[in-house]
Amino acid sequence: MAGGGENKLKLLGMWTSPFALRVKLALSFKGLSYEYVEEDLRNKSELLLSSNPVHKKVPVLIHNGKPICESQIIVQYIDETFPGADASLLPSDPYERAVARFWAAYIDDKLLKSWLQASMGKTEEEKAEALKETFAAVANLEAAFKECSKGKPFFGGDTVGYLDVTLGGLVSWMHAGEALYGMRLFDATRSPLLDAWVDRFGSLDAAKAVLPDAGRLAEYAKKRQAEQAAAAAAN
Amino acid sequence: MAGGGGGELQLLGTWSSPWVIRVRVALAMKGLSYEYIEQDLPNLKSELLLRSNPVHKKVPVLIHRGQPVCESLVILDYVDDAWASVGPPLLPADPYDRATARFWANYINDTFVPSWRVLIRSTTAEQRAEAFKSVVPHVETLERAFGECSKGKAFFGGDAAGLVDVALGGHLVWIRVVDEVSGTKLFDEDRFPGLAAWAERFFDLDAVKQVMHDAGEVLKLYKGFLAK
Repeated sequence: MAGGGENKLKLLGMWTSPFALRVKLALSFKGLSYEYVEEDLRNKSELLLSSNPVHKKVPVLIHNGKPICESQIIVQYIDETFPGADASLLPSDPYERAVARFWAAYIDDKLLKSWLQASMGKTEEEKAEALKETFAAVANLEAAFKECSKGKPFFGGDTVGYLDVTLGGLVSWMHAGEALYGMRLFDATRSPLLDAWVDRFGSLDAAKAVLPDAGRLAEYAKKRQAEQAAAAAAN
Repeated sequence: MAGGGGGELQLLGTWSSPWVIRVRVALAMKGLSYEYIEQDLPNLKSELLLRSNPVHKKVPVLIHRGQPVCESLVILDYVDDAWASVGPPLLPADPYDRATARFWANYINDTFVPSWRVLIRSTTAEQRAEAFKSVVPHVETLERAFGECSKGKAFFGGDAAGLVDVALGGHLVWIRVVDEVSGTKLFDEDRFPGLAAWAERFFDLDAVKQVMHDAGEVLKLYKGFLAK
């Protein structure tokens, strides 16, 4: 397996970050070994600051000393640099690649954005509006799954692909969100295909190897919420 | 002109949109012929637009053999992929250089442009000064990026213009127009000599001259917005 010698991989991440998780998933599905560095985002390392001076965020993949930033760019980089024995993450057909990239952008720009706002919005009104937008985004993504999978188990078809990894980064948070708010992002009535996909994806060995425990994430979220509430009350 | 034509390729756009200009420049660089269909946005969303981009209902949309591709950066990637053997490549061959180009294209889209658009929407001198102050650090970052990416050559893409050149270049006419109205110079040649010289070279490209609209028309449009 690659990872030692001339192909040194180091990943700077944070255990709760869905973006860092995407990269872990990609590395896991590709069977690549790497050194993982857990960052304390309240006390960022010199390495992180010098590797990602523009955004100062995780994840950063460092390959033979050269940093690559932004989770979607990193996943594409891994796919192009380590083609491997199995199918690549991105489809080989240019049009299907464009469809995959379109929905990957949609997951971050629309789905994730409104989902976060639905729980972190400042007013009840904002949260309700964001929840509506989240459900609309889920409906679009359900249709996308149908189009991309063509009746097969994953967005990538028979095997895990780019969109499975992109959305996969959110899986543990989906379970944590259900524990915290009693709301399933992809429920069986509204989005049956995605609902089934979540369980199917989460049961894969390569996913199980890196997905964080949803219970721990929920505890973490509660702790952060309490901290923020205390800080707001103190001001 | 090389491939693509004969009813195979259509582009839905609006004449003044920087995102549409990006795609038109890329198609011209590849020497592809296509049917351009001007959309009357925001007044009327055509059947074709709604059918081709039901999710966002926006331009640009590239339709190739009846299949729509949406979002300008996705379209640029697609044009590079689908016509890999035609014309110059938009993205470099090396995976690390590709990642670097994608990083800067994202930076332009997600960080630089939204910050600069605050300047477009400013109507008072005070708002403009504030907005300009906020966007300058991003221009500084882009000046450094230009140095790193070009490695002393003419474009972000090296000897030939590539993805990052097109992503930023699509906005140049608007940048000049807003500069004129607000009395600013975003790519000031003293502060940002790399970008200032790059902008001149970009405007000079045949592919850009073919599609870039007269700044006068854009200026009229912008003054119209401000008057409302």
